[in-house]
Amino acid sequence: MISQLAEFFQDLGHFVTSRIDRLGLAARFAGLLLLALGVSIRRASLIVREVYFSGVRSLSIVAVSGLFVGMVLAVQGYEVLQRYGSAESLGVIVALSLVRELGPVVTALLFAGRASSAVTAEIGLMRATEQLAAMDMMAVDPLSRVVAPRFLAAIVSMPLLAAIFSTAGVIGAWIIGVQLIGIDDGAFWSQMQANVDVRIDVLNGLLKSIVFGTAVGLISVFEGYFAAPTAEGIASATTRTVVISSLSVLLLDLVLTVMMFRGLS
Amino acid sequence: MNRSKFDFAVGLFVAIGLLAMVFMALKVGNLAGFDSGSGYALEARFDNIGGLKVRAPVKSAGVVVGRVDSIGLDSETYEAVVRLRISSNYRFSKDTIASILTSGLLGEQYVGLESGGDPVYLAGGDRLGKTQSAMILEKLISQFLFSKAAETPAKSQ
Amino acid sequence: MTSPHTSEMIALKDVRFSYADRSILKGVNLTIKKGEIVAIMGGSGGGKTTLLGLISGRLKPQSGSVIVDGLDVPKLNKSNLYGLRRKIGMLFQFGALFTDLSVFDNIAFPYREQTNLPEDIIRSLVLLKLEAVGLRGAKDLKPAELSGGMARRVALARAVALDPAVMLYDEPFTGLDPISVGIIGRLIKRLNRALGMTSVIVTHDLNETLRLVDRVVVLSDGKIHRDMAPEQIRTTDDPFIRQFADGLPDGPVPFHYPGPDYLSEILGR
Repeated sequence: MISQLAEFFQDLGHFVTSRIDRLGLAARFAGLLLLALGVSIRRASLIVREVYFSGVRSLSIVAVSGLFVGMVLAVQGYEVLQRYGSAESLGVIVALSLVRELGPVVTALLFAGRASSAVTAEIGLMRATEQLAAMDMMAVDPLSRVVAPRFLAAIVSMPLLAAIFSTAGVIGAWIIGVQLIGIDDGAFWSQMQANVDVRIDVLNGLLKSIVFGTAVGLISVFEGYFAAPTAEGIASATTRTVVISSLSVLLLDLVLTVMMFRGLS
Repeated sequence: MNRSKFDFAVGLFVAIGLLAMVFMALKVGNLAGFDSGSGYALEARFDNIGGLKVRAPVKSAGVVVGRVDSIGLDSETYEAVVRLRISSNYRFSKDTIASILTSGLLGEQYVGLESGGDPVYLAGGDRLGKTQSAMILEKLISQFLFSKAAETPAKSQ
Repeated sequence: MTSPHTSEMIALKDVRFSYADRSILKGVNLTIKKGEIVAIMGGSGGGKTTLLGLISGRLKPQSGSVIVDGLDVPKLNKSNLYGLRRKIGMLFQFGALFTDLSVFDNIAFPYREQTNLPEDIIRSLVLLKLEAVGLRGAKDLKPAELSGGMARRVALARAVALDPAVMLYDEPFTGLDPISVGIIGRLIKRLNRALGMTSVIVTHDLNETLRLVDRVVVLSDGKIHRDMAPEQIRTTDDPFIRQFADGLPDGPVPFHYPGPDYLSEILGR
């Protein structure tokens, strides 16, 4: 019993220290990456390429998901609102949920699954096949040539994708609410416009997605860069990217929401 | 895939994304309206603001003309100090009355402005002279009960 | 550019290196002259690849000095190290071609990254290198479409793109069929003579290597065991080299991984 307890604490201690080690490594990596950004930012064509693979390739899944989420919100929202005779507020409810929360968060989750996992696998594989070492031997810094463009692409793509998600969602809600249920078109939009603040709601939502893009981008390149150079190592790094990205996004969302919207209405 | 194809696809993607942002700013939100940077500020003091909140609309004749910018308490007079931000498109006379109203029976509270006949207009930073506080349901009920109580003895006589 | 000993390209003095708990190199002294082709041989995990890492500055020794072209490699900062690496080419074990780039773009990579040459001159240079390794016709293929031998030749063309003064080869023959081994061996020799390079080859492949090199350095137990001419290797009666050359399962390098006594382990408890 005592020895089991001791073992438990030993495991716990090992877990904590290894996590802290990992965090320290990530912090140092982020610092080096920051230094590499300066060089990388001048190579726009490299970033464009990565925005294509991360952002453009995620466009369809994000737009379609946004449309469906907006439609579902409209159906559910109408169900509740019409009990209180304020079905016209449907636009407000849907738009605020999308712009403030669902747009940035769901987009980041989709992005982590669709694009970031691929980035991790790609960088991990480049490391395993010594492509990064070869680059380093050719006096080309892999951090600025390979890692930084992929990281920047996530930061660039995320707010654009989140905006597309929210827009598709509002259109989806409009299709259900106005076209199918028959809420007044004018009331739908005017209520929405009267209650959605560009600075507080829209800009804060975009700010969130930039933060999420930074976090997800950093996690994906970090896990790829330090993946064990084996098939199993890359597979588990890819899984870790999705899991850690998703959890970080949800945690950051809570922190940002408290910071941004506390004390407002 | 060659470079120009990447450029084209990414350019299109960025354009769609920016268009979505413009859509959110203009169609979902109302950038043309009153975000807290533009317009001019007015100050109104109320004995009681009820459930008024920051960002509540300011309406005149039912038209939204501004928003509540901040709410504070004057610690000497114990009055609520409400700062309003009014769109620069609208002007109000010096003797405008500000009152706190409720949209619908249980709806949100807003500030209503009722312009008077004074030829001088309010400028930025001015204070509204006449205000009417929020109707507090409890007070209304107790007033009603007191007046009923006052009536009763007269009747019984 | 002029180092004190112009004939010395690489000089390692009392180099010690260990990974966390495992000591890999225990005091290595090695001098390689300009234009030499030197093979480094030894058992797996014996520190051969580590030696290449130290020469190229990818690893830092715990003690001792590594001088390449007159520069003290472990003491260089990043930009000076990258300056030195422009003069070092390296052929990795499996080629390490960039899988997302075509053969042409792989070889164009060092020119595009390290020079400001216009695209038409880069094109001519890339075709020249591809012609030298006999793969000009494969320029539009992706690395995945190449055989192992072809990929190794493309990687070789890429490694020598900037005409390096030093070439490092990490197991250049591993996993190749005999014909490809022959081709790569001949290319290494020809490139070395044509460009006056200094070459260090880490390898297990004794037969091909002996035809190729000026000197063989045998590493054992973290130290230089023997340093001799290829002809001597064939005739020496050094038990370690004999085991290595003849492929004997047991000898100074034991067949059995250290463990408790077999009989007592199988019978005991």
